[in-house]
Amino acid sequence: MSLLELNNVSKTYENGDAVLKNIAFSLEKKECVGLVGESGCGKSTLARCILQLASIDEGEILFNGMALQNKNERNLRPYRRNIQMVMQNPAISLNPKLKIRESLLDPYYQYGAQADLRHFQYANEADFAKQLMGAVELPIALADRYPHELSGGQKQRITIARAISLEPALIILDEPTSSLDILSQASILKLLNGLREQLELSYLFISHDLSAVNAMSQKILVMKEGSIMDRFSREELFFENRHSYTKELISLYQ
Amino acid sequence: MELSVSKFNKPTYKTIGLLILLGTTAAVAAYAFLVLKYDPSFVNLNERLLPMSLEHPLGTDHLGRDVLTRILLGSQLTVGYGLLALLAAVAIGVPCGILAGFKGGFLDRFFMRIADAFQSFPDTIVAIVLSGLLGPGIDNLLIAIVMVKWVNYARLVRSIVSSERHKDYITMAKINGLSSWRIMSKHLFPHIIGHVLVLASLDLGKIILLISSLSYIGLGSQPPAPEWGAMLNDARPYFQSVPSLMVFPGLAIVFVVLLTNLLGDYLRDKFDVKKELSS
Repeated sequence: MSLLELNNVSKTYENGDAVLKNIAFSLEKKECVGLVGESGCGKSTLARCILQLASIDEGEILFNGMALQNKNERNLRPYRRNIQMVMQNPAISLNPKLKIRESLLDPYYQYGAQADLRHFQYANEADFAKQLMGAVELPIALADRYPHELSGGQKQRITIARAISLEPALIILDEPTSSLDILSQASILKLLNGLREQLELSYLFISHDLSAVNAMSQKILVMKEGSIMDRFSREELFFENRHSYTKELISLYQ
Repeated sequence: MELSVSKFNKPTYKTIGLLILLGTTAAVAAYAFLVLKYDPSFVNLNERLLPMSLEHPLGTDHLGRDVLTRILLGSQLTVGYGLLALLAAVAIGVPCGILAGFKGGFLDRFFMRIADAFQSFPDTIVAIVLSGLLGPGIDNLLIAIVMVKWVNYARLVRSIVSSERHKDYITMAKINGLSSWRIMSKHLFPHIIGHVLVLASLDLGKIILLISSLSYIGLGSQPPAPEWGAMLNDARPYFQSVPSLMVFPGLAIVFVVLLTNLLGDYLRDKFDVKKELSS
C-alpha cells in the first residue's frame, strides 16, 4: 500500500476555471516525489488539497489507504500529525508575535502527550526544543528570539524543525528554497536530504526549479495547467522520449 | 535627522508627564486613606460654603460637606464606574470580534450588522435616550455606555483578526492540528492585546466624560452620591459667589481624562500601534 495515493483528483474554482484535472500519482514510504511546473499551474493548490485546507470536487486522496477528502476538522486531527508542511516564505509562516520556541513547539503542545517518537528521546520540553534545534543545526539560544531577529535561512530551518518534530510520515515541501539566497538554498536542500534518511521521512517536493527537484527526488512529475504532463524517474530526466514541455523546462535550466 | 530626534525625545517627555501624574495620584490616594475624616454626605448647615482652610482644604459646599472628601471619594464612583463600563465593553466586544473575524461567513455578517446598527447613532444620544427610557441612575447609565462602546472593540478586533487569519502562520497552526480555540487564544490574541489596550485607555477618558456629563444633566448618579458631574450640577447656583465649588470637581475630571489620554499615547508607543499620519 502506498503512503499517499491520489486518484483522478479534480478541482474547479467557482468561476469555472479548472485548476486540477485528473491528477493521479502515488508516493511510497521513504520516497521523495518532485512536482515541478511554472507558477500558477496548480502545484500549491494540490498541496492545499492534500492537506485538506481546500476541498476537491472529484477523485480521492488516500493516506495509508484511508480517504482524507470530506473529513471534518475533528476527524482530520489524527492525520494532521502525520502530514506536515514547509511553506515557501518562512517570514510569514512563523507568528511574528511569538518567540521561536513557542512556534516551534506548537505540534508538541498539541500531540506531545500521545506522540510516540522513535528518533527524538526527550526528558522535557526544553530538552526536546534543544534536540529539534540541533537537528536543523541551529544553536538553542535562537529559540528565545523573535522571528524578525533571524535570517531567512534560519527561519526556514525553524519551520523545518517544526515540521519534523512529530516525525510525520509525509512532509509537503512547497517551494522551501525559493525565497532564500543561493547559499542557503543549497544548505537547506542538503539538510532536508539528511533528515529524510535519518528520520525515514517521505517528501512531496514542490518547486519550479527543476535542478532542485532533480537533486532531491526519486520520481519527478511535471505539471502544466492543472494536469500532469510527464512522469519519470530521476535517471530518465534527459531521455529522448521526454515530453516537449519537460524538454522546454530542461532547456531553461541549462 | 529631525525625525529620529523627535522620535527619541517624545516618549521621554510623555514618560515624565505620566510619572508626575501617577505620583500625584498616589499622593492623593495616600491622603484619602490616611487623613480623610469626613462623611461625604453628612449635612452640616452650620458650616456651609466655608472658604479654604486647614480644616477643609478645599472648603465646604452648600450643605456644609467637605469638598475635598467628596472629590476624593467621588473618584471611586467616576473612575470606578468608568472602568467597570470599559471592562464590560471589552469583555463583550473582544470575543465577538474574534469570533466574527476568525469564523467569517454568516457569523461575521450577523455580528457586524448588529454593530452597524449600534454605530449608526452617536454615543451621547444613545446614552441619553437609553438612560431616559430606563430611568435616571448610574446602573442604567452604565448599561447605556456598554451598549454603545462594545461595538468599537468588536470592530477593531474583527478587522485585525480577519487580516491575520489568512496568513501562513495560521494555516501552519491548522496543519499542526491546533483547535480553533487554541489558534485564537495563542496565535491571534497577542496581535489584538496591544490595539485593545490602546483603544481602551483612550476610551476610558471618553467614558468618564460621558458619565460626568450625563450626571451633570441629571441622568447619571443621583444626589447625595459624590460623583464629579453631579457635584458640578450641585454647585451651579453658587457659580458666581463660590466658583471653587465648580472649579475643583472640574479640575478633577480634566486631570483624570488627561491621565488616561497620556496613558493611551504611552501604550500606543510601547505597543507600536501604527498611527494614522495626517500628512
